[in-house]
Amino acid sequence: MKLPPFQALLDEHGTDLYRFCVASAGWGEADDCFQETWIAALRAYPKLRSAQNLRAWLYRIAQNKAIDLHRARGRRPVPVEAVPETAAPAEPPGARLDGESELWVALRALPPKQRTAVYCRTVLGMPYDELADLLESSEDAARRNLFEGLKKLREEWTA
Amino acid sequence: MNKDIENALRESAVTLPDAPPPDFESRLAERSAAEGLLDVAYAMVDSPLGPLVVAATPRGLVRLAYTGSRDETAVLEDLAGKLSPRILEAPERLDEARRELDEYFEGGRAEFDLPIDWSLTRGFTGKVLRQTARIGFGKTSTYAEVASRAGSPRAVRAAGNALGSNPIPVVVPCHRVLRTGGALGGYTGGVERKEFLLRLEGVLA
Repeated sequence: MKLPPFQALLDEHGTDLYRFCVASAGWGEADDCFQETWIAALRAYPKLRSAQNLRAWLYRIAQNKAIDLHRARGRRPVPVEAVPETAAPAEPPGARLDGESELWVALRALPPKQRTAVYCRTVLGMPYDELADLLESSEDAARRNLFEGLKKLREEWTA
Repeated sequence: MNKDIENALRESAVTLPDAPPPDFESRLAERSAAEGLLDVAYAMVDSPLGPLVVAATPRGLVRLAYTGSRDETAVLEDLAGKLSPRILEAPERLDEARRELDEYFEGGRAEFDLPIDWSLTRGFTGKVLRQTARIGFGKTSTYAEVASRAGSPRAVRAAGNALGSNPIPVVVPCHRVLRTGGALGGYTGGVERKEFLLRLEGVLA
């Protein structure tokens, strides 16, 4: 099994992954998210058993780093299941940028898997099998994450 | 029914930054080196012989490759397979090598003062190349001579092959090894490059 030189991953996915970090962690924490993602990836890289799906692997690390950063800042954890009916709306991770579209703020407030599913499908056009691999779930579950995420965004957006 | 929201997301994705911060790669290289995660650092170095791929491990210079016939990608893939896939372009880590190469090509340096990592050489090849590293600027030797110094006087052809597989040409000066009788013999980067280097060193007029 041959892994490509790590620099090739950086060249191929760097810019898109940085955008994903901005979308997931927010503008203020994107740089940390991005740096931590690449360090973690470099650390784990030689032990990878397959050179398939490197993009899904990188995005999974970035998704997890965004969650870690969010927790580390002591804010309320991003809900993973449904938000209880009585709960106040979750504060989206990351500082809000002046003039930033409501949509991105709402996207950041989604549970991580839904956020990742929505971003990777709509912005990157990622195939479902790759998305399932990224989310470590079945394709059906990936579709459900996308659907739930879009539904919530629509509710926010049209509210 | 979600098409409108998908389109809105796609449209507003243009507001996302179109590149990571400019100093990101150098910070990543620095930090990964500090954490022992950077197994191979490389840089592209311009030279009169075309762009060179110059690569180092924490132990020293491990590879110098002409580009052109074999491109940069093939060189890096080869290093990923033979040494480690933890390879980053990290020009700052090759500043000293670049400076010495520049000086050499400008005629201002006769000897390289760079630690060498011999990891890419084995057995007889390693012996031949270590002997070759001792041939000084402006001097020449022969395939027969280096074979003999490497301990196998009859292995002249094997010595030629060893020199042909030199992972660090220029710095390990295989261009200074000629055929007995003075014919140039072959060269990894093509015989024109060998002639250029021998002219630079005043061996050829």
